[in-house]
Amino acid sequence: MAFPEDSVGLVRPQMLHFSEPLTLACGRSLSDYELVYETYGELNAARSNAVLICHALSGHHHAAGYHSPEDRKPGWWDSSIGPGKPIDTRKFFVVSLNNLGGCNGSTGPGSLNPATARPYGADFPVVTVEDWVHSQARLADALGIQQWAAVVGGSLGGMQALQWTISYPERVRHCLAIATAPKLSAQNIAFNEVARQAILSDPDFHGGHFQERGVIPKRGLMLARMVGHITYLSDDAMGEKFGRELKTDQLNYDFHSVEFQVEGYLRYQGEEFSGRFDANTYLLMTKALDYFDPAAAHGDDLARTLAAARADFCLMSFTTDWRFSPARSREIVDALIAAGKNVSYLEIDAPQGHDAFLMPIPRYLQGFRSYMNRIAL
Amino acid sequence: MRADLDIIQEWIPAGSRVLDLGCGDGELLAWLGEHKRVSGYGLEIDPQNIAACLDKGINVIEQDLDKGLGNLASDSFDVVVMTQALQAVHYPDRILEEMLRVGRTCIITFPNFGHWRCRWDLASKGRMPVSEFLPYTWYNTPNIHFCTFKDFEALCRERQVRVLQRLAVDREHRHGLASRLWPNLLGEIGIYHVSR
Repeated sequence: MAFPEDSVGLVRPQMLHFSEPLTLACGRSLSDYELVYETYGELNAARSNAVLICHALSGHHHAAGYHSPEDRKPGWWDSSIGPGKPIDTRKFFVVSLNNLGGCNGSTGPGSLNPATARPYGADFPVVTVEDWVHSQARLADALGIQQWAAVVGGSLGGMQALQWTISYPERVRHCLAIATAPKLSAQNIAFNEVARQAILSDPDFHGGHFQERGVIPKRGLMLARMVGHITYLSDDAMGEKFGRELKTDQLNYDFHSVEFQVEGYLRYQGEEFSGRFDANTYLLMTKALDYFDPAAAHGDDLARTLAAARADFCLMSFTTDWRFSPARSREIVDALIAAGKNVSYLEIDAPQGHDAFLMPIPRYLQGFRSYMNRIAL
Repeated sequence: MRADLDIIQEWIPAGSRVLDLGCGDGELLAWLGEHKRVSGYGLEIDPQNIAACLDKGINVIEQDLDKGLGNLASDSFDVVVMTQALQAVHYPDRILEEMLRVGRTCIITFPNFGHWRCRWDLASKGRMPVSEFLPYTWYNTPNIHFCTFKDFEALCRERQVRVLQRLAVDREHRHGLASRLWPNLLGEIGIYHVSR
């Protein structure tokens, strides 16, 4: 099979081992760990064209291209990464990793704990956005990248991009934070808590040590994903996609049948997700979201928090995103203006809800491309 | 650069911090950044204009002026500029107050509805004026709050707003003898520099 012309084509994940201990925000440390990542494009001689992609809750290192000619789908952000795409791989060298605590190859709850020679499971330390950024900085060091041309991410990935400008101001020239927030609202945390409780109360969870028992808390993970998925779509998008359409010819007057199309869709999403994602990773990712609040250390003053940033910023949000609404992006924009930073902000009219940041929406991709184009190498 | 912008730039000190309300394609900010070390932000809602601003490399914020400037701190800009947008906002008096709160001085330009051609159209034809410069009919015009120079200055007096400088120009933005002698009749566009 031939890959599309604007695809990065066949890509291969790579692995780096880090043996210098990493002290985490929780006080614990990882004595050594591995990070799996992919790269697209070529690093230029000046090493000035590197772009870091930060993934969201259920994301991973495989952001663009294909692992084999048989792959049905490309990487999760293929709409935005490739030759001629907003993050143009003819210009940029793109690095995309799986974060610590993940379940796609980087050290996480499913990895062997060197102290016990058994899987970490629930013993894997809680990692934060700051921890991730520190681990990403070490990846940058290992790849010989002193400064990113841009750090880019959506949702939880946008939080990492923001954190980069705070933790390593001199190492980021541009920050693109899409469909994100400076911290979660109570409602956001509440949804995460429902998801966590679904997992924690699954009898197959076994306090997080299900792996050793040879089971997975499938029902819990499925429920968690179903709740999450509802919040990623807008009311309009769901109405448009499913309405009150029935899968069955008639109502069955029972609780077991999958009657409405939307029920079938959610169950399918939950089912598919529970087969490929780790429950402990899900718990960790939601905690990283909940804990993210960089302004807390600066008297809740976001402008002061971002005062030391040296990057230029581009923020984008989507009108029907109610999980990370435009108002949340505007909080960041206002703080950046107050701090006198260079910032541009686009509020894209899109019906898809939070998921819009992954979609090829023309105005979104156009703005994204224009901004990336102006990055000097 | 657009002729009115060329006049405005003279009133903006080098190195100042500027907010441009309804910044269009970003021409003024781009020029000021390049020639006068001005830093600033443009507020705009038109997607095409926003795209043009991004291409020019200026800071553009997608924001509807009718929702106010409540997100911006008082006295946070040296100059707040609004060209040819006063007549298109829902509450011109409120935006004027907001501009004066956010900026130390403000520059506003707007079309003069007291110009003789507007008066002639109304007086002779009994119809709302439609011209090359204001090409809309009354039901589809984005310009919903027309005023004359006298009206605007009356508002300034009422709100204790000081007019620092004033120019009445024609559509080519020339400020000839005619518009200096009798601005409210012969000037087509007003350029006002105001402060509190």
